[in-house]
Amino acid sequence: MASTISAGRYVGQAVKRLEDPRLLSGHGRYVDDVQLPGMLHVAFVRSNVARGTIVSIDTSAALALPGVRAIYTGADLNPRVGMFWHTMMGPPPELGGQTPYAPLTPLAGGDVRFVGDPIVLIIAENRYIAEDAADLVEVEIDVQQAIVGWETAIDTDQRVHPGTTTNVGQEFPLPEGPEVDALFAGAPHVFTRRFSQCRATNVPMEPRGIIVHYDQYVGDLQIWAATQSVSEWKATSSRLTGVPEHRVKVVANDVGGGFGQKMMMTRDEAAVVMAAHLFGEAPIKWTEDRRESLMAANQGREEIIDVTFAVTDEGVLLGAKVFFWEDIGAYPASAGSTAGMAGAVFPGPYKFPVVLPGGSSVYTNTVGKAAYRGPWMMETVAREQMMDHIAYELGIDPIEIRRRNVIHADDLPYTTCTTMVYESVTPSETLEQALEMLDVAAFRTMQADARAEGRLLGLGVAIYIEPSAVAFGILSSDQAIMRMDNSGKVIVAMSTGNHGQSLETTIPQIVAEHLGCNIEDVLLVQGNTESSPTGPGTGGSRSAVVAGGAAMTAALKMKDKIVQIAAHMLEASPDDMEVTAGVVSVKGTPAKALPFAMIAPIAYQMPEMLPPGMEMGLEVTARFQPAGQYTWSNATHVCTVEIDPETGMTKILRYIVSEDCGRMVNPMVVEGQIAGGVVQGIGGVLFENMIYDEDGNPLATTFLDYLIPTAPEVPDIEVGHIVTLAPGQTGFKGMGEGGAIAAPPCLANAIHDALRHLGVHPTAFPLGPSQLLTMMNEAKQA
Amino acid sequence: MSDEVVVKLNVNGRDHKVLVEPRKLLSDVLREDLHLTGTHVGCEHGACGACTVMVDGAAVRACLLFAVQVDGSKVVTVEGVTPTDGTLNPFQQAMQDCHGLQCGFCTPGFVVSMTSYLDDNPNPTDDDLKIALSGNLCRCTGYRGIINAARTAAGLPVPANAADGSDH
Ligand code: FES
Ligand code: FES
Repeated sequence: MASTISAGRYVGQAVKRLEDPRLLSGHGRYVDDVQLPGMLHVAFVRSNVARGTIVSIDTSAALALPGVRAIYTGADLNPRVGMFWHTMMGPPPELGGQTPYAPLTPLAGGDVRFVGDPIVLIIAENRYIAEDAADLVEVEIDVQQAIVGWETAIDTDQRVHPGTTTNVGQEFPLPEGPEVDALFAGAPHVFTRRFSQCRATNVPMEPRGIIVHYDQYVGDLQIWAATQSVSEWKATSSRLTGVPEHRVKVVANDVGGGFGQKMMMTRDEAAVVMAAHLFGEAPIKWTEDRRESLMAANQGREEIIDVTFAVTDEGVLLGAKVFFWEDIGAYPASAGSTAGMAGAVFPGPYKFPVVLPGGSSVYTNTVGKAAYRGPWMMETVAREQMMDHIAYELGIDPIEIRRRNVIHADDLPYTTCTTMVYESVTPSETLEQALEMLDVAAFRTMQADARAEGRLLGLGVAIYIEPSAVAFGILSSDQAIMRMDNSGKVIVAMSTGNHGQSLETTIPQIVAEHLGCNIEDVLLVQGNTESSPTGPGTGGSRSAVVAGGAAMTAALKMKDKIVQIAAHMLEASPDDMEVTAGVVSVKGTPAKALPFAMIAPIAYQMPEMLPPGMEMGLEVTARFQPAGQYTWSNATHVCTVEIDPETGMTKILRYIVSEDCGRMVNPMVVEGQIAGGVVQGIGGVLFENMIYDEDGNPLATTFLDYLIPTAPEVPDIEVGHIVTLAPGQTGFKGMGEGGAIAAPPCLANAIHDALRHLGVHPTAFPLGPSQLLTMMNEAKQA
Repeated sequence: MSDEVVVKLNVNGRDHKVLVEPRKLLSDVLREDLHLTGTHVGCEHGACGACTVMVDGAAVRACLLFAVQVDGSKVVTVEGVTPTDGTLNPFQQAMQDCHGLQCGFCTPGFVVSMTSYLDDNPNPTDDDLKIALSGNLCRCTGYRGIINAARTAAGLPVPANAADGSDH
């Protein structure tokens, strides 16, 4: 669909990425590419049991190995920790905050709490020796029965964290009372389902990695890391070590994906920071291998959602109760329940009169929970599948039931029953666009014909509204520090990081557009605490909205100053000037013009030529705070599938996304983010399953067991755009996570549609071949 | 610990002699000893393809080979398949045009495998391309841009519904 907003010279254009040539030619600079003089290497000894008391640790043979330089245990590092909490989450209750944290220590203390728990840290001359030494460390553990599965964790009197009184990290009880009972008692229909998604993990293709050097003579703690947020890691490292924050320097050059896993510093990385601080002599590097990554890097998604919907005969929603259970493992980034957020956004695109959310996060002896692309997305997973379940119960088409409940343009501004305010969203319009792109009638005919031949085709729909750029705490704002140098070129420094979001291109697009220069004259500097401002980094679908807003505001400020200087020199009014391609000219008189390259030296070198009273130099800063606590974007996903009745394999026939992320900076990048998210979502339904046995052993610790989608398994993803501007001055809405949010229920609904006539009504992921065959066989026998 | 051995390699057209332990992986020798860090290590167990290089003309996984095993061989890495005049080869250029990379970590593996594949198979079908791509994992792109880049480089049609890079 044609956008109603015309693209600018840069904003709105599919500008090719400026970062690509170096990445395509092997000249990116990821943390493991950094080699420093005298650098030593780290390996961990990790627990091979999920729960037990450490009886003894014998490091003598390892220490005797030539090339081993130091070996640390929890007894060495843990007592040296100042504080271990994350700026984005806020301090723990004992320090005056509200965020529940697991008792985080860099290395295991007296006991181990999951398979992969780091026990010993070894520093050696190279990684081969470090790993040899790790094999020589003898750890004796008195093994105890692991607590695996949230139900076990709730029932048992054993504790994941010894000495605590409960395995519940945080609980929000479901609202109760006579009004609630009356609402559901009086409804024409009440339906209840339990949906679940299996554990999946972020799987950045570059595992975690960090280099740390504490130079005790200088007093600086220098860190190179694979992180989404250098500011966060600077602050965390300072709190851990006690090195004052202004003496901690963190650099993240290229980062090979994060998807939430690299936002907060984890225990392993904290152990490297603590070890480097204690060791002092030389930089130490830890590069995680894939087995460690799959075994010990935080994971996502293991959730159970109990949903009850009250509806009319026509399928009009009257209310919902929803309870979210989360298995948060032993050491999650935060122990808090996501239910607050998931409950607040649960109404999504529909006009629910009431939604009553509750939730509980539960510790188990498994890897901790990470934020994973759309960390609250279980609400969409449950809501969108539930819409289909209700539709089938009532004999209404799933598309029709959505039309009866979806928010329309004439409902706006709309305040949800959970007090979220939508001013500019298009759930109804994206639904219709996506359905039109599919041609539903043609598909239904094809489906009926296929079914007559015994073939199983299905159609799935999912709508969601994404709370992008969530603005609270450190996430509330971002800053651009912009300077034009003496030759008229622009450097803009931001708190963002590069792990795939294309900001090295999109931020210069925004700056060039609003400053009026050529894109090649703008450079984004990011991922370096010495040049970048304090801010939250990149994540949470926020960079276009908040960083983009700061870049645009700074560009407009810079333009204003340049225009004033030029107007003064050309003896014209600033109001009569225009700026194009790095040249300021008098409107209608192109001969009266000055390029940036002539204006900039005046600002730095010729104070007498500046307007009276103007400060010298061309430096501006702008800190941007979005208009609302959430910047809502939205999309509808539609897909069609064919399931092989013999093998249970699902083939995706078409995958369509109609989205509204407001004013697009770069449609090519928008579509890339959508495709990436959709395929992660597909993986979470069809292929990915991070399973543990009853003793807490992870059963998928290689890429041969943990399967992420590959090229032959993905459909061509078709994208339609609807553009409505976000409230506020920029018009940008965030959209980085949405693909991964809506794809799972969309695909599950298509599978449900393909199989429901057989009596198969799936509610749990994964829906791989074996699960579908089992369900088909059970339905046949029933 | 084993004694070090001399390994001779011709990498990207240049002769090298390195003294390494026999157990040292080719990927580590390229990255650490020869400072060719474009060859990435994404799994170290032969599954992700990020470490793909060409050894004597064949695309192989550098994480599954010891450097001593390829003593005397010609190795070409991602740095070596890139033209030296600052341009990109046709598959690399198609990757930029079709937005075939985001974080870029998997990218060198795709570039080496597809450059090698398209040299050997100039007229693949669409299905051939997807199978050729199946040995490399990417977590960012959903393969959309990568598949379209392969199609472009192979002269096959790209679905109309894709916003490609415009010239700027
Ligand atoms: S690193 Fe060699 S295949 Fe993954
Ligand atoms: S571009 Fe990030 S893994 Fe492929």
